Amino acid sequence: MTDLLYARAQMGLSLAFHIVFAAAGVALPVLMVLSDLKARRTGDGDYRLLSQKLAKGTAILFAVGAVSGTVLSFELGLLWPEFMGQYGEVIGLPFSLEGVAFFTEAIFLGIYLYGRERVSPGLHLFSGVMVAVSGAASAFFVTLVNTFMNNPSGFTPGPGGPTDVQPLVAMFSPGWQYQTAHVLLSCYQASAFAMAGIHAFVLLRHPGADFHRKALSVALPLACLTALLQPVVGDFSAKHVAKAQPVKLAAMEGHFETERGAPLLVGGLPDVETGTVPYGLEIPKGLSILAFADPDAEVKGLNDFPRDEWPPVAKVHLSFQVMVGTGSLMALLALVTLAHRWRKKAWPDGRRMTWAWLLAGPLGVVALEAGWLVTEWGRQPWIVRGIMRTGTAVTPVPHLAAPFWTFTAVYLFLGVTVVFLMVRQVAGTLPGRPGLASGGGAHVH
Amino acid sequence: MSTELLLGFAVAGTFVLYALFGGADFGGGVWDLLASGPRKQEQRALIAHALGPVWEVNHIWLIVGVVLLFAGFPRAFAVLSVALHVPLTLLLLGIVFRGAAFTFRTYDTRGDTAQRQWGLVFSIASVIAPLLLGMCVAAVVGGDIRVEGRAVVSGFFGPWLTPFAWVVGALALCLFAFLAAVYLTHEAPTSELREDFRRRALGAGVAVFLAALAVLVFAREGAPRVWQGLLHAPYALALHAGTALSAVTAFALLWTRRFKWARVAAATQAGLIVLGWAASQHPYLVVPDVTLSGAASGPTAQRMLLVALGVGALTVLPSLAILFRVFRPGPVGK
Repeated sequence: MTDLLYARAQMGLSLAFHIVFAAAGVALPVLMVLSDLKARRTGDGDYRLLSQKLAKGTAILFAVGAVSGTVLSFELGLLWPEFMGQYGEVIGLPFSLEGVAFFTEAIFLGIYLYGRERVSPGLHLFSGVMVAVSGAASAFFVTLVNTFMNNPSGFTPGPGGPTDVQPLVAMFSPGWQYQTAHVLLSCYQASAFAMAGIHAFVLLRHPGADFHRKALSVALPLACLTALLQPVVGDFSAKHVAKAQPVKLAAMEGHFETERGAPLLVGGLPDVETGTVPYGLEIPKGLSILAFADPDAEVKGLNDFPRDEWPPVAKVHLSFQVMVGTGSLMALLALVTLAHRWRKKAWPDGRRMTWAWLLAGPLGVVALEAGWLVTEWGRQPWIVRGIMRTGTAVTPVPHLAAPFWTFTAVYLFLGVTVVFLMVRQVAGTLPGRPGLASGGGAHVH
Repeated sequence: MSTELLLGFAVAGTFVLYALFGGADFGGGVWDLLASGPRKQEQRALIAHALGPVWEVNHIWLIVGVVLLFAGFPRAFAVLSVALHVPLTLLLLGIVFRGAAFTFRTYDTRGDTAQRQWGLVFSIASVIAPLLLGMCVAAVVGGDIRVEGRAVVSGFFGPWLTPFAWVVGALALCLFAFLAAVYLTHEAPTSELREDFRRRALGAGVAVFLAALAVLVFAREGAPRVWQGLLHAPYALALHAGTALSAVTAFALLWTRRFKWARVAAATQAGLIVLGWAASQHPYLVVPDVTLSGAASGPTAQRMLLVALGVGALTVLPSLAILFRVFRPGPVGK
């Protein structure tokens, strides 16, 4: 492996790791505040306990998210000094606003976690709301940076770097509204599905665990809502990519030849040597309809672009298929669940549906990671699309294998530890454990 | 005042705040490692209690500093990221393990062994990180990082592994430990515990004095620029005089057990040391090839950054005020 590949692998790994914790840091506070509100309205101790458990979960995940985010802020320079040296000033604004949002989130999380007994109920709830709002804001701002890398604007490129820099224009580069909405929804969706999966798992083993039934009832509305909204927002996003980044769209779809009335490929393994996609299923005119809302629209194929500007086609196509596939499954499950809720006036509690939610639990995170891979691999070989190549931006420091393997080991270790701690948090709420209002426990603490 | 000078002040300011808050948290880790005597457990509990609600917030000053640096002075950020790749990577590992281990210790309640192991990771990382931070600072002022055009030509190890760098690292470690001990005298719930940390603060204060003396001695060879700045620039002299005065005051207040004011004096001392560093290397960001104005981003970017800084101050400062009010040291026994 070359040093460039090691640098990309280290950045990719750091982001893949961080993104899960960041998503949880955005979404868990919302779920925590929702259960807090439910506890206040119903006076039910189980919801109070749930909100406390979610707060503990948030604390652990946020801490890991905060340290891995710190690593990332340094890695921007440690791995891509040329990119930061030239474009740091162009993207500094959203980064600094993200810093403000992150700061606010950390402050109010401290108050929410440690202040339950010290502050008034009103200030406590307000802190929870602030955590949720600033978490969303920080995801919003950091996504703007990525939008800039995909569709750079707000400067004039020169041989020595950007000139005539307009940070506000750069901050809202074309397509920002779709990408931020897509990302924010994915954070809520991934977290809500994961939470639903965890509680479905417990319910299958202990069908009488009321605490977990209530927890499921907090997660399901958010999971269903986001799962149904996401395909709509995703469609907007894809239509924008079709116009603004035609190579990326072509790679996503495994589309080699420019044609009118282009078919949509489902599955398949693109072969860049032959320019074909074996094992794929074609839906006539599907791509033209989806990308341009016109069955006869022309869709540019990869062959229209220089070969050295192609992203890794197979990887991008595969990730895109995984994202769309998991997204569709989640939307389907949401539809069935909502239909049940509407007919029976209750969230589904049958074994079959509980199994479905258990199996769907990881899908949100899978879709989140796959979608992020689509946008990152899909932008290659550029770090700033059309302006600076990833290979130009990389650090001259040699032996990048060493930090790559070190951080791989660290992230593995942290990941395993976090999973272990989360399992223990959930295990503490199993029927028969003290602390449950409904499980016959003695007290709520 | 030019925007780059304002932003330069802002960067120096965030480093001061990081030293006063984040630095003291590292110092807390040092005292966790060195906890001893009959009240070993109480000492550790007090440190955990003091750090719990605020360490994540305190740590963010570093991120603010980094963001200001790359947005306001992108060229300097690029140079430092290349020249200090190795120590910064090690520092990151220290930061990751410090934060993660502290959180895991709080929530991994399987019993003594697990907590002791996490505690050990937490405290060792807390010792290593300040050392590396000091070594990076020394490399920045030492004048050994050389840049030609856009390329760093001075190698990846030399500048931060000088004797001067080791001494500055030791100073950072002693200073953070001193700050933590002084803060903890004020936070301690019992007078025995307060005395424990008073003794530690006095000891660390002496260590700070010795380390600072060593830095002066080594600066003549290791950082001629700082040495010159120390002697010639009038404002630098005033800063160092202020540092000396606040150091003596902090010591006297500790001696006479006026802990509340000792805290203020110690923080002033540490803040002035960081400012003294910044002043002595002005107008350089990386001595001797990168200057403040040479590395500065364009005027529009700088103005927008100042606006963002204003927005940030309006959002963060009132929130911080609430945080510190909620978690101010309670009455004895609480």
